[in-house]
Amino acid sequence: MTASERVVAEGGRLDAEALGGKPTSLWRTTLRRLFQRRSAVVGMTILGILVAAAILAPVIAPFAPDQVLIGLEEGIKKRSGPCIHLLGCPADQPEHILGVDGNVRDYFSRIVFGSRFSLIIGFTTVGFAVVIGTALGALAGYLGGWVDNAIMRVMDVLLAFPSLLLAIAIVSVLGPGLINALLAIGIVTIPAFARVMRASVLSVKETNFVAASKALGAGTVRILLVSVLPNAVTPLIVLGTLEVASAILSAAALSFLGLGAQPPTPEWGSMLSAERNQVFTAPHLVFFPGMAITLTVLGFNLLGDGLRDALDPRLGRESKVEVV
Amino acid sequence: MLQYTVRRLLSSIPVLFGILLVTFALARMIPGDPCTAILGEKATPEVCERFIRERGLDRPIYVQFGIYMQDVLQGDFGNSIRFSRPVSQILVERLPMTIELSLAALTLAVIVGIPLGMLSAMKHNTATDVVTMVGANIGVSMPVFWLGLMLAYLFALVLKDTPLWLPPSGRLTAGLSSIPFYDAYGWTLAKDAAVFKLLNFFANLYVFNSIITADWKVLGDTLKHLILPAVALSTIPMAVIARMTRSSLLEVLGREYIRAAKAKGVPHRTVIVKHALRNALLPVVTIIGLSLGGLLGGAVLTETIFGLAGVGRALFEAITSRDYPIIQAFTLVIAFGYVVVNLIVDLSYTLLDPRVRLQ
Repeated sequence: MTASERVVAEGGRLDAEALGGKPTSLWRTTLRRLFQRRSAVVGMTILGILVAAAILAPVIAPFAPDQVLIGLEEGIKKRSGPCIHLLGCPADQPEHILGVDGNVRDYFSRIVFGSRFSLIIGFTTVGFAVVIGTALGALAGYLGGWVDNAIMRVMDVLLAFPSLLLAIAIVSVLGPGLINALLAIGIVTIPAFARVMRASVLSVKETNFVAASKALGAGTVRILLVSVLPNAVTPLIVLGTLEVASAILSAAALSFLGLGAQPPTPEWGSMLSAERNQVFTAPHLVFFPGMAITLTVLGFNLLGDGLRDALDPRLGRESKVEVV
Repeated sequence: MLQYTVRRLLSSIPVLFGILLVTFALARMIPGDPCTAILGEKATPEVCERFIRERGLDRPIYVQFGIYMQDVLQGDFGNSIRFSRPVSQILVERLPMTIELSLAALTLAVIVGIPLGMLSAMKHNTATDVVTMVGANIGVSMPVFWLGLMLAYLFALVLKDTPLWLPPSGRLTAGLSSIPFYDAYGWTLAKDAAVFKLLNFFANLYVFNSIITADWKVLGDTLKHLILPAVALSTIPMAVIARMTRSSLLEVLGREYIRAAKAKGVPHRTVIVKHALRNALLPVVTIIGLSLGGLLGGAVLTETIFGLAGVGRALFEAITSRDYPIIQAFTLVIAFGYVVVNLIVDLSYTLLDPRVRLQ
């Protein structure tokens, strides 16, 4: 089927729906499309489990994340591998489904509590970048002229650095720590949102409904918030979801380098960093946090891709365009 | 064409200037007193005063920036505070490693990523397509440092005593050394000459050096050491390239002219390779240029894990020890490299797509 035929088919389907008398909002359509995509459903399932783990962490985890088990359990050894009674681990050994780390803490509990950090990291950095990025992009696009030039040149310079390197450099100025790492990743993420917002503003600025708002006496802020922003929401949501994924990866990398979360915080990157030299003797201590990061990032990536396809019917099911 | 090239070159000047400004500012904003950091907590105020005067750290900030720009334009990055050696010399020693690693990873990503994307597009909506794309999605989601550690575990420990064994760290096996080609050829050179630095740079590209000196043992060993880090580093760009090739090729395959080509009886392979792929590769080239940034960032992690003395690891070490000159120079070189590569990518459009030339 060619692109044009597809559009006709799609249009036909939508018309039929409209004739059925059921009003369909953009969000309902989007949600329906989202649930039709297997990969998006997988992504949502992963994220659902992650959110549940984060909220119910104290219930799910058998121990506190920083509880040292020496003296609590007989015969417990540091860095001992996973022991699951159902899978044949002798019943006289204490059960630790993901093993015990170098400080004799239950690894499963730490991984479960780590989900809280990864969600916080993802949402705060992207939230920060969205607010500042869209504001800058909107100003640049709407005001044009030297403001546009100044803002976008700064964004160009930020984009000229490989993002992880810039984040490392910023953290080195601010000092290591989780909050500073989040700030650094947030700053590095700003340009992407500024660009998308600016492009949306430019395409909407010259339309008749904006001219009408202006004629009715609406101010700049009102026009930006009421007329322009809703038109930019779609690409912003898609970009936001995908950026959460890369923010989690970057934060894990910073923690791995010792610049982000510091021990004993049960943050996955920092846990991996603490045990990286034990990869040959206790590989499970490296494997599980990495697996947790991969699954989380995968969840956000799948959801982001699904949202992109669902929110933009023009793209069709198969054509994905990388938003960079 | 010429006009486009000139315009594109001019437009990158403000960005390059901005990069200079940012690297300068970042290095100056790093907390802590450089004097006590380098000379130790016991440095007397007199010693510190002389130290600061000698390095121009007491002058107004804009004068410092002026001095900095002047030096950079003359290729002088100052002396490393930690090693007390010219930064340019350290750069000459460290950069080749990173270039070798990045090129190996990029090559791997391109020669595996593009065919995978093509395969996926040609077998659209089949099991092959699904498996490839699931693989690509997992590929972009894995942390480089984790993948590196897991590969090291698998190939260095689990597969020990098998022919698949690969070394988990370093550039060469202990006891083996790469003899610079100028020594192998018996050239006599003044060690402080600029020419020597240049030759040294090429000699430190072990793959290149061992090929031109026909030292196959070193070549084999270097490549063996390069495999694991290159594979780890290439995963993300490979997945991104495969996805981009697939979506771009699918879009092109839906066009009318492809149907026309098929209708007039052009063989399937010719349609894909000659008609579709050429047009589909344009966005892929852009992605390749952009993924270089990720490669350079990833090099910091990969070099740390595999114990490779490259630019990324040097930069990280410099940051933790507040070695301003190294931080400035290395960040600058990496960002410049990134800008230049993307410039080349932009210019390559004129060769790939005649429409760009006409605009």
